[in-house]
Amino acid sequence: MTEQAIRQAANRRIITRAVMVAVAMFGFGFAMVPLYDLFCDITGLNGKTGVTDSGSARAQAVDETRLITVEFTGNTAGGLPWEFRPAVAKMQVHPGQVAEAVYVARNTTSDRMVGRAIPSVAPNRAAAHFKKTECFCFSNQELAPGESREMPVRFVVETDVPQDVHTITLSYSFFNAGKYSSSDAGTGTAGSDAIRRGEKG
Amino acid sequence: MATAEAAHHEEHHHPSGIMRWITTTNHKDIGTLYLSFSLMMFMVGGAMALVIRAELFQPGLQIVDPHFFNQMTTMHALVMIFGAIMPGFVGFANWMIPMMIGAPDMALPRLNNWSFWILPFAFTMLLGSLFAPGGGPASGWTLYAPLSIQGGMSVDMTILAVHMMGISSVLGAINIVVTVFNMRAPGMTLMKMPLFVWTWLITAYLLIAVMPVLAGAVTMLLTDRHFGTAFFDPAGGGDPVMFQHIFWFFGHPEVYVMILPAFGIISEIIPTFARKPLFGYASMVLAVAGIAFLSFIVWAHHMFTVGMPLIGELFFMYATMLIAVPTGVKVFNWVATMWRGSMTFETPMLFAISVVVLFTIGGLSGLMLAITPADFQYHDTYFVVAHFHYVLFSGAAMAMMGGAYYWLPKWTGHMYDEKLGKLHFWLTAIFFNITFFPQHFLGLAGMPRRIPDYALQFTEFNVMSSIGAFGLGFSQLLLVYVVVKCVRGGEKASAEVWDNPKGLEWTVPSPAPYHTFETPPQVR
Amino acid sequence: MLMSRSKLSAAIIGLAVPWLPVVPAMADYGLNLPPPVSPIGDEILSLHNLIMLICLIIFVVVFSFMFYSIYAHRKSKGHKAAQFSHSTRLEIVWSVIPFVILVGMAIPSTATLIRMEDTSQADVTVKITGYQWKWRYEYLDHGIAFNSNLSTPRDQIENRSAKGDNYLLEVDRPLVLPTDTKVRFLITANDVIHSWWVPELAVKKDGIPGFINEIWTLIKKPGIYRGQCTELCGKDHGFMPVVVDARSPEDFQAWLAANKQEAAADASAAMAEWSMDDLMAKGKEIYGACAACHGAQGEGVPNVFPPIAGSAVATGPVAQHLEVVMNGRDGTAMQAFKGQLSDTEIAAVVTYQRNSFGNSAGDAVQPADVKALR
Repeated sequence: MTEQAIRQAANRRIITRAVMVAVAMFGFGFAMVPLYDLFCDITGLNGKTGVTDSGSARAQAVDETRLITVEFTGNTAGGLPWEFRPAVAKMQVHPGQVAEAVYVARNTTSDRMVGRAIPSVAPNRAAAHFKKTECFCFSNQELAPGESREMPVRFVVETDVPQDVHTITLSYSFFNAGKYSSSDAGTGTAGSDAIRRGEKG
Repeated sequence: MATAEAAHHEEHHHPSGIMRWITTTNHKDIGTLYLSFSLMMFMVGGAMALVIRAELFQPGLQIVDPHFFNQMTTMHALVMIFGAIMPGFVGFANWMIPMMIGAPDMALPRLNNWSFWILPFAFTMLLGSLFAPGGGPASGWTLYAPLSIQGGMSVDMTILAVHMMGISSVLGAINIVVTVFNMRAPGMTLMKMPLFVWTWLITAYLLIAVMPVLAGAVTMLLTDRHFGTAFFDPAGGGDPVMFQHIFWFFGHPEVYVMILPAFGIISEIIPTFARKPLFGYASMVLAVAGIAFLSFIVWAHHMFTVGMPLIGELFFMYATMLIAVPTGVKVFNWVATMWRGSMTFETPMLFAISVVVLFTIGGLSGLMLAITPADFQYHDTYFVVAHFHYVLFSGAAMAMMGGAYYWLPKWTGHMYDEKLGKLHFWLTAIFFNITFFPQHFLGLAGMPRRIPDYALQFTEFNVMSSIGAFGLGFSQLLLVYVVVKCVRGGEKASAEVWDNPKGLEWTVPSPAPYHTFETPPQVR
Repeated sequence: MLMSRSKLSAAIIGLAVPWLPVVPAMADYGLNLPPPVSPIGDEILSLHNLIMLICLIIFVVVFSFMFYSIYAHRKSKGHKAAQFSHSTRLEIVWSVIPFVILVGMAIPSTATLIRMEDTSQADVTVKITGYQWKWRYEYLDHGIAFNSNLSTPRDQIENRSAKGDNYLLEVDRPLVLPTDTKVRFLITANDVIHSWWVPELAVKKDGIPGFINEIWTLIKKPGIYRGQCTELCGKDHGFMPVVVDARSPEDFQAWLAANKQEAAADASAAMAEWSMDDLMAKGKEIYGACAACHGAQGEGVPNVFPPIAGSAVATGPVAQHLEVVMNGRDGTAMQAFKGQLSDTEIAAVVTYQRNSFGNSAGDAVQPADVKALR
C-alpha cells in the first residue's frame, strides 16, 4: 500500500512538472515576440524599411544647421513590368523638416495589374530615424492598362539622426501583388505593423 | 552464462529475418540499423560529390548541365548531413550509451524503433525528388528563399523529408536525454559518465532545441509556396533575410550537433591508446557545454554580407571568436592526454590523432572566417567549402570511422583487419588533404562556391582536388570491405579488446550479448 | 600493431606538407588573396595575413608538443604512462592566453569594419541590380543605365572552341568607374538573392529583392578587375561575372560624355527601318542571353524552361510574342525584358526567334513596332 502511495505521489509530481514545463514553453512562445523586438532593437536588425508613423507627425524643431541629402530610387521586380521612378532623384532637407517626394508608376502592359511597393532605407543606421508620415507602401495599387499615377511620400528625418549621416537613400521596389490582392493585409513580417490600407493614390 | 541467456531470449521473443529488424526494440539492433543506414547514405552522398568533382575536373561544361549540378550540390549536402553524419552518431549513441552507463537498453525502445524507421521513408522521399518534374531541389541545402520558392515540387518533397528527419532526430534525442537521466547504473553519477555520453547528452538538447526551428522555417517556406502567405516574399511584405536568420538559428547549433559526438568519440579513443586518463575531464564537460551555449548566439556569422547593421556584425563577430576558447581547451586537453602517455598507434588512434590535427585546421580557418572584414572576402567561396569539410569530414566523419574501428570488435566479436584498417586510414587522410587543402587557395584566389564551371586560373587546384576526391571516394570502399569482413569473421576479440581500456562497455563479453546489464553493475 | 619509425615520419610529413606552400605563398597571386587596389582591401589583406600568421604559429606550437609526444611517449620505446589527469593552473592558462589573442585580433578587425560601413560622402553612386543571370548598373547622378551580360561564347563553355584568357570573367559592358574617387554602391536584386563581388576591391554585398544595401570603394589604380556572383541564384549562377573597368577621373568623364552620345545614336537607330538580315544578325547576338535557359538551338530544358523551336508563342501572332518578351511571364523565370533591352534589341531578338531553329514566321519586327507597345 505504502509503496503504491509513494509511487502515486511520484507520478503526480512528474505530471505536475511536465504540465508546468508545457505551460512554460507555451508561454515562452508568446514571450518570443517582445524578446525578439528587444533583440532587434539592440542589434538594429530588421530596421531597414524605415518607420511608418501614420499618426500626426510629431512636431519637431527643425535643425537648420544640418542638411541631409535624400536620394530616391525605384525598382520593379520581375513579374511586374511597370515603369516606376521617382519624379526627382534627390532633394536636400533639414532634420525635423517635413518633406514630400513623388514617385510615378505607369502600367505599360495591356492588363489590369495590382502592385505593391516595399520601402527600404539605407544606410542601416539612418533607417530608424527616417519617419514616413504618408506612404504608398505595403498597400495594393491597382493600375489599368496604360494608366499612370503619382504616388506621394511624406517624410521627416528626425533631428537625432547620427551626425555622420549625410545621405539617406529611400528605395521602393514594386512587386506584383496579384497573389496577395484578395487579402490586403497579408502576413508580411517586415511591415506587418506598418501596413496601411491603400487609401490614397 | 550471460551469452547463453541472451541466446535464450532471442529464440523465444524475436522474429527472424527481415521482421527482426523491422520490429526490433533492441538498442544494439537499432544501433546497427542506424550505422548501416549511415554508411549507405555516406556512399550515396559520396557518389554525388564525385559527380560534382568530375564536372569540376576541367573548366567548361562536360558531364552535367548547371541545373543538375545545383541539384547535386544541394543533395550531397542534405544526404551527408541528415543521412550520413546525424544517423551515424545516433547509431553510436544507441549502441554505446546504454553499455557505457550500465543500462539494459534505451529508456523508450519502441520510440527508438520508430525514430529509425522514419528515416528510410524520409530519404526515399528526398532522393525520389531527383525524379520529380524539373529535377531535384537546386537551391542549396540552405533552401534560401526566394530561390527555393521558384523551385518545383521537388522542394515540397524536400520540405516533407526534412520534417520527417526532424521528427526522427527529436525523438532520438528525447530518448537519449531520458536514458541518460533515468537509466544510469547505481554509482554512475553525471560527472563519472564517459565523455561520449556527456557530448551526446548536450547534443540531444541542441537537437531538441533547433530541429523544431528548422521545421518551422521550412513550413513557412511551404505555406509561402502554396498557401498565399508571405513570410519571406517581399511582394507580400515579407523578408527574405528572415529565412536566413531562422535557418541559421537552426544551422549553427546543427554544426555542433555534428561535431560534439565526434569530440566524445575522440575523448574515448585517445586515453585508451595513450594508456592514461583523459586530461581535464571536468573542463572538457564545461567546454562542450560552453560551445553548445555559444552556438545559439553566433548564427548570423553565416550571413555577414546580407547588410546587417554594424552593431549586429560586431556582436556576431565577438561571439563567434569566443568559441575558439572552449574549442582550444578541448584540443589542448587531448594533447595533454597524449603527453607522457605510453602510446600505441592502432587504426582508431590514427584516426583520432588525425581528427585532432585536421579538425584544428578547420577550427583555425573558422576563426579566420569569424573576422567579419576578412569574411567579406571569404564568404561563399571555396575557402568556406574547405573550412567546413575540414570540420565535417576530417572532424565528424573521420571520428566516426575511428569510433567504428574502436568498437567493431566489441560489436562483432572479431578483430577487424588491422593492416587494411591502417591502409584505409592512410588513403583517407592523404586523399582528404589532396582534395580539400587546395580549396583554401581556390577560395582566396576568388573562386565562388556552387559553380559548375570556373575561370582558367583555377584549373590546377581543381584538377588536384578532383583527383583527391576520386581517391578519397574509392578508398571508402575499403572501409565497407573491412567492416563486412569483420562482421563475417576474424580473430576472436577478448572482452577488453584493447590494452586495459576504461569504461563499462569493456566489462561485457565480445561480441556484446543481445541483452547487457539486466542487473545493473555497481560503479564505484 | 605498432607504428614503425618510418611510418611515423611519413605521418608527420603527410600532415605537415600541405601547410608548407602557405608560408612562401603569402604574397603570391593565386595562393593568397589577390593584391587589393582599395584602402579597405589593403586593410583586409593585412588583417588576413596577420590572423593567418597567428593561426599558423598556434598550429605549429600546439602540434609540436603533440608530435614530440607521439615521437617520445610511445609504448614501443618503453615509455611508461604517467597518470596525471588535470592541472587547474594549466587549464586556466590555456583558456586565458587564447582569450587575450582573440582580443588582440578583435581590435583591428573592429576598426576596419567601422571604416567599411562608412558609406557617407561618396562622389559617385551606382545602383547595382542582380537579375537571373546578369547585372544591371545605373549611374544615379548621370542617367546612364545598362545591363552587363556574360560575353563568353557558348562554344567555349561547351568545349567546342578554345577557351579565351578571361573565360567566364568577361562581359559585354563592364562597369566603368573612376579611380581615386569614393564610389558608393546601392545593391538590390530583381528576383532572388545575388551577391556582387570583386576580390581586388574587397567589395562583396548581397543584393536582396525589395531591400537595398550600401557599400563603398575607392579604387587606387586604373585597370580591369573581375569578380563573380557569390550567392547561389539558380541555374546560371556561375555565369554572371562582374567586370569593373577603372579609369582615371578624366577618362571617366570622357566615357560619360561618349555614353550620352551613344544613347542618342541608339534612339535615332530605333527610328529607322531595319532590313531582315540586319535584324537577324543583331538578334543572333542578343539571343545569347536567351540561350542560357532556352538553349542555343531553342530546345529549352524539359519541364524547366520551354523550348522556342516550334513553340506556340514563337510561331503564333507577333503581338503575343512581343508581350511575353517585353513583359515576361509572371510566376516563371521569364523576365520582362523591356526594361533591359532597347526597342531595336527586342525587335531583333524576336525576329531572330521567329525565323530560326526551324521556326519560319517570316516577319521582320521593326523597332517602331516595339516602341508602340511601350
